[in-house]
Amino acid sequence: MIELILEPLEYAFMVRGLLAAIIVGVVCAMVGTYVVLRGMAFFGDALAHAILPGVAAGYMLGNGTSGALMWWAMAAAVLASLGIGAVSKGTKVKQDTAIGIIFAGTFALGIAMISSMRSYAVDLAHFLFGNVLGVSNNDLWMTGILGGAVVLIVLAFYKEFMVLSFDPVLATTLRLPTQLLENLLLVLMAVTIVVSLQTVGVALMVAMLVTPAATAYLITRRLRRMMAIAAGIAATSGVIGLYLSYYIQIASGAAIVLTCTAIFLLVWGWQSMQNQRKNSSNN
Amino acid sequence: MKLIERLRKSTGMAHNIPHLDNAPFLKVSELNVRYDGRPALYDINFEVEAGQRVAVVGPNGAGKSTLFQVIAGVLPASSGSVAISGHQPSGHICIAYVPQRNDVDWDFPVTIADVVMMGRIGKLGLLRGPKEADWKLVHECIDMVGLTALAGRQINALSGGQQQRMFIAQAVAQEAELLMMDEPLSGLDAPSQEEVFDILTQLSKRGVTVMIATHDLGLAAARFDQAMLLNQRLLGFGAPDEIFTEERLRAAYGGHLQLIPTDEGVLVIGDNCCDD
Repeated sequence: MIELILEPLEYAFMVRGLLAAIIVGVVCAMVGTYVVLRGMAFFGDALAHAILPGVAAGYMLGNGTSGALMWWAMAAAVLASLGIGAVSKGTKVKQDTAIGIIFAGTFALGIAMISSMRSYAVDLAHFLFGNVLGVSNNDLWMTGILGGAVVLIVLAFYKEFMVLSFDPVLATTLRLPTQLLENLLLVLMAVTIVVSLQTVGVALMVAMLVTPAATAYLITRRLRRMMAIAAGIAATSGVIGLYLSYYIQIASGAAIVLTCTAIFLLVWGWQSMQNQRKNSSNN
Repeated sequence: MKLIERLRKSTGMAHNIPHLDNAPFLKVSELNVRYDGRPALYDINFEVEAGQRVAVVGPNGAGKSTLFQVIAGVLPASSGSVAISGHQPSGHICIAYVPQRNDVDWDFPVTIADVVMMGRIGKLGLLRGPKEADWKLVHECIDMVGLTALAGRQINALSGGQQQRMFIAQAVAQEAELLMMDEPLSGLDAPSQEEVFDILTQLSKRGVTVMIATHDLGLAAARFDQAMLLNQRLLGFGAPDEIFTEERLRAAYGGHLQLIPTDEGVLVIGDNCCDD
């Protein structure tokens, strides 16, 4: 048993992958708590897809170095998140429609750009589904620094984000800088998505943002605990998923997300059973 | 109720901008508001003295919530002005606005104590968490509205009347001098309404101005110092028995009101249009 756990750790790429998966899990879960509570899942999904052209541009101009790639992705994500806000505010277009337009449009642009550069031998699948086992030392540092910054900011503005999410009108009458905080939350989402890009990829990102937080929401009705439990679930899923990927040879991003989903289904199923039992004993 | 006075002394910053003593507490002049591109309020003028209890009455769509949100500085005025103690609302942190029950996410993962603490956040400052003294204060506010036993429960555990009392405790924690509540009484049974009224009356005795939007003309007439009849325009503002005349009510409600003339005056059956 112990050998099953220790064996993969002999490979440096596995150790880096595990560390990256844990960091990404914690960061996604903490930001994801607000995504779930504010009903922004669709927005998060759109944002993840919208960074594809940024990544592609970074690849084209940066000769494929992953450091530059991250900054390009970040710029694209920040632009897209603020852009969606601006489009849905300034016109008659409803927000979900605005998201749909920008989401599909930018994603298509990204695919078009990547498909035009065969010479780089770019693997589209890596962007779409992640490749956590390809994380370099440099990537890991970047993930740690950016992820740590996101966690620190979420903790520092804990009470402000709580009020803003629960009652934006109260936040205004308390004269908090609501617009600034809204935008800060969007930027945090954007950075989180970029940090997670290598681990789960664009297409599966929304699952990392939403599934652990939603599972925690089923378990507790306290914001602090919800964040902590979500982080625990996401980090555990990262580790279990990577081992699964190692032993049964499946894509790492998919393995992590499937583990998250399985945990959610277990908790949800268990709670439904409990509720049924309660109802039947009441009757 | 000593709590309110103590709060004002202890923090020493009940207002973040100075209140002008010679200005009326709330003065609304020539206020016009457009909401969602459509005109919502026309040419509203009135003044309210500190410590008054005002019922704001009018049919759905009359602009009651809009008026409250403009006074709170949440929505902008298109023209005209709102002044609280001589200053525009956006500088004040002494204005509390309690939204309609349906606008609150009752599944949000916070306790009653958490929600009351939210009222203090404007005073805590950025990057500072609540200290033990802040929590003590929050629990005193919760005591005041009689929710001590429920303080640690998730907000879903509250009944309709308790929900309103929690928000009143939040306003006290905020050191609010103007408390505006949107339909706090609809859906409450008579004892719960009484409990809310008792607390509001205590607050107004301590100088807190209370404005409440309501559909219940009977309650507005019986329990408030002043009534405001609103339907996009201000159709009357003053003592309830002067305001609730047949002519004025018809102007506000049109065909949506059943008025039955009796020997003692007009019996209002109620506005049959709109409780959600």
